[in-house]
Amino acid sequence: MQPVVEMLNIRKEFPGIVANDDVSITLNRGEVLALLGENGAGKSTLMSVLFGLYQPEQGTIRVNGKEVRIPNPNVAGDLGIGMVHQHFKLVHNFSVTENIVLGLEPSRGPILTLKEASARILALSKQYGLDVEPDAKIEDISVGMQQRVEILKMLYRHSEVLIFDEPTAVLTPQEIQELVKIMKNLQAEGKSIILITHKLKEIKAIADRCTVIRRGKVVGTVAVADTSLEQMAEMMVGRQVSFHVEKGPFRPGQVVLNIEGLSVRNSRKLPALKSFSLEVRSGEIVGVAGVEGNGQTELVEALTGLRPSDSGRIVVDGHDLTKASVRQRIDAKIAHIPEDRQKRGLVLDYTLAENFVLENHGRPPYSRNGFLNKEAITAQAEKLIEAFDVRSGEGARSKARGLSGGNQQKAIVGREIDSNPDLLIAVQPTRGLDVGSIEYIHKRLVEQRDAGKAVLLVSLELDEILDLSDRIAVVCRGELVGIVDAKTTNENQIGLMMAGVKTGALD
Amino acid sequence: MNFFFRKELLVGLSAVVLGLAAGAILMAVTGNNPFAGYFYLFAGGLMNLERLGNTLAMATPLILTGLSVAFAFRTGLFNIGAAGQALMGGLVATTLALTLGLPKGLILPIILVAAAAAGALWAWLPGLLKARFNVHEVVSTIMMNWIAYWVTYYTIPTFFKGSFETESRLIPEAASLKIPLLTQLFSGSYINLGLLVSLLAVVVISVVLNRTVLGYRLKAVGYNRFAAEYAGVNVNRHIVASMAIAGALAGLAGATFYVGYTSSMQIGVLPSIGLDGIAVALLASNSPLGVMGSAIFFGILQSGKGFMNAMTKIPPEIGDTIIATIIYFAATSVLIERWFDTMAKNRGGKNRV
Repeated sequence: MQPVVEMLNIRKEFPGIVANDDVSITLNRGEVLALLGENGAGKSTLMSVLFGLYQPEQGTIRVNGKEVRIPNPNVAGDLGIGMVHQHFKLVHNFSVTENIVLGLEPSRGPILTLKEASARILALSKQYGLDVEPDAKIEDISVGMQQRVEILKMLYRHSEVLIFDEPTAVLTPQEIQELVKIMKNLQAEGKSIILITHKLKEIKAIADRCTVIRRGKVVGTVAVADTSLEQMAEMMVGRQVSFHVEKGPFRPGQVVLNIEGLSVRNSRKLPALKSFSLEVRSGEIVGVAGVEGNGQTELVEALTGLRPSDSGRIVVDGHDLTKASVRQRIDAKIAHIPEDRQKRGLVLDYTLAENFVLENHGRPPYSRNGFLNKEAITAQAEKLIEAFDVRSGEGARSKARGLSGGNQQKAIVGREIDSNPDLLIAVQPTRGLDVGSIEYIHKRLVEQRDAGKAVLLVSLELDEILDLSDRIAVVCRGELVGIVDAKTTNENQIGLMMAGVKTGALD
Repeated sequence: MNFFFRKELLVGLSAVVLGLAAGAILMAVTGNNPFAGYFYLFAGGLMNLERLGNTLAMATPLILTGLSVAFAFRTGLFNIGAAGQALMGGLVATTLALTLGLPKGLILPIILVAAAAAGALWAWLPGLLKARFNVHEVVSTIMMNWIAYWVTYYTIPTFFKGSFETESRLIPEAASLKIPLLTQLFSGSYINLGLLVSLLAVVVISVVLNRTVLGYRLKAVGYNRFAAEYAGVNVNRHIVASMAIAGALAGLAGATFYVGYTSSMQIGVLPSIGLDGIAVALLASNSPLGVMGSAIFFGILQSGKGFMNAMTKIPPEIGDTIIATIIYFAATSVLIERWFDTMAKNRGGKNRV
């Protein structure tokens, strides 16, 4: 096979960090090459170099055997390289067709002629099994469909090399399966694909070869078929990784959180959580399982005070907090690892140190008489950075924005656990993280349980719920379908319950 | 932090240098000698104590409106209503100065507090509208500007008509921020106690923004209101507080302008210190100390342009054009910053981290 893309000895530096150090990869025609690495390992940087977003300090790039320089994405496009970014670049109130032709609008004189474009998009969509409706508005279609629009954008521009940056991070399990099918179709039609990911199962499902990157360096390239998940995980993290979480004996204590008949409306004022009741005791992890958008977000927001509830009661340690403010709930020792770390969990333009005191900056020793105590804040930051292994370019002084997702999440987890809560509400605590970070965060959550805290875990990852929880509450359309014992249940039963089927084993 | 500060400073200074260069080209194109032009421009602002005093007097309200805009901006709000807030501060100050017959030591604190309160009120309302109904503060503060304009337009001739229909009576000596000591020290210039007020405000705002819980929360709300809400900060209350503080600063600016720099209040003009405050804040990258520096620089240009015009054939509008050009370069400071970054990298990354 002839290589389509060769990146040789690439070096790319950022202040305080070498993102790519002598990295070389080869992509052959018609293959799926996975780039595997932890968050911050340098995968996305490498692809940004290939896509012309960054200029490497050293190294050469060859496309179809010819050495090229890629100063910007337009040149990458001309060379047949396209990229689906993790965060889609779409105009929301434009139609699918309008989005796809944006930048090379077909026109007769000044008049836009979208008909032919629309027809071509439909044909491409059929050819690759994408099933996209060219006239639909972006804001009306699902995230999975939006991703297909991004794929169509590349196909419309005759891209031969397709880069997917963490394509499954935003997808539901069903959508992931469909994406795998689509990528196989693309491959069958002769396209070459680079898949950036840290999810090993996906690599097994799609990729032919896998190049592993760790801390900016290539660890090795393996044929996926001949390599086990464990071997790849070890290459990525640099040590043995256990996929199983060790838990202490189950010794539940008193009820810490008592939710009684809670009803909550969503932002559109429609009932999102209906008469929901649940108890969480100290020393246990209760998992809330469900397909995205079935009331989990509203449940968590009602519990943490970010959203008012219509009826029902929220009692923590015997105190009724139904009408309490966010501040009062924090003071009542509720900690919250939010669903969206960048929207809720961090002030991205603040330093790590400033973010570590987001909730408790108003108390001694972090402030006295309204004045901040910078020494105490810095000391706290250094303690948490050390204890939770938060890696950044400039330590406590790094802006949160500059941290990788995994390190941002570790910072939040560290902050919340360090507040020594009675109730820890963890929502999607490992979303978008690599195995190393997932293992680490899981261990920390279980530690909290073993230390006698009550933990409410809300997650869309069924594996995570099954691994960590003692009991599992399943929600569907805002209603509690049932509560099952994690030891005796399985993926099938929960899957059925998530679809709204009430099965036995209610306790 | 140090590095950041240095870079901001560097960018600001580059904007100034580029603006001056553009001004030089303009002077040359219009057939004048730019060296002579700049000599007289700066001499006009600095050459003796009187002129220096006038420069500082000119800078005084600009420091305060610049702080007002910078403070709001640091907390995520765009206060385009400093003019109206200053006008209301000035109107209240003028009213008190013309009605209260108290000794200087008593009346000045009253005037300053009342002017700050009036400005705060004028910005509090847009803050409340923003917090409650998500009305954008740019729109509401502009509207408040015009309300202030017409309120003044009605009040001054109706109650405090002076020798002209468009002017109030002269402020009595006892109610003026000018004091003999300063006036004599600077050989009869317009300099007044407002300068001390503005310098004090620079220190206070700098401390509030960088060292206090309030500043931390206000900035957190400005950067990411969702995270602030998550952390238990009352977002709406902080938005209102931020606008009110910004308004109080602009109100003080009004007092220093109308009962300090001038001695009577004119109607039919929105004070230019309002919009100039935006320029001052922009050039200063919203840092309080920077605001002081850039306001003084603008003060030099403002008070020097007349002298330049008198000594050469360069029209005073060139001075305004230079200011406008500097603002333009400050506004496009991203480009200057990028250029510095490349420079730093080419020198082996010495200036980084």
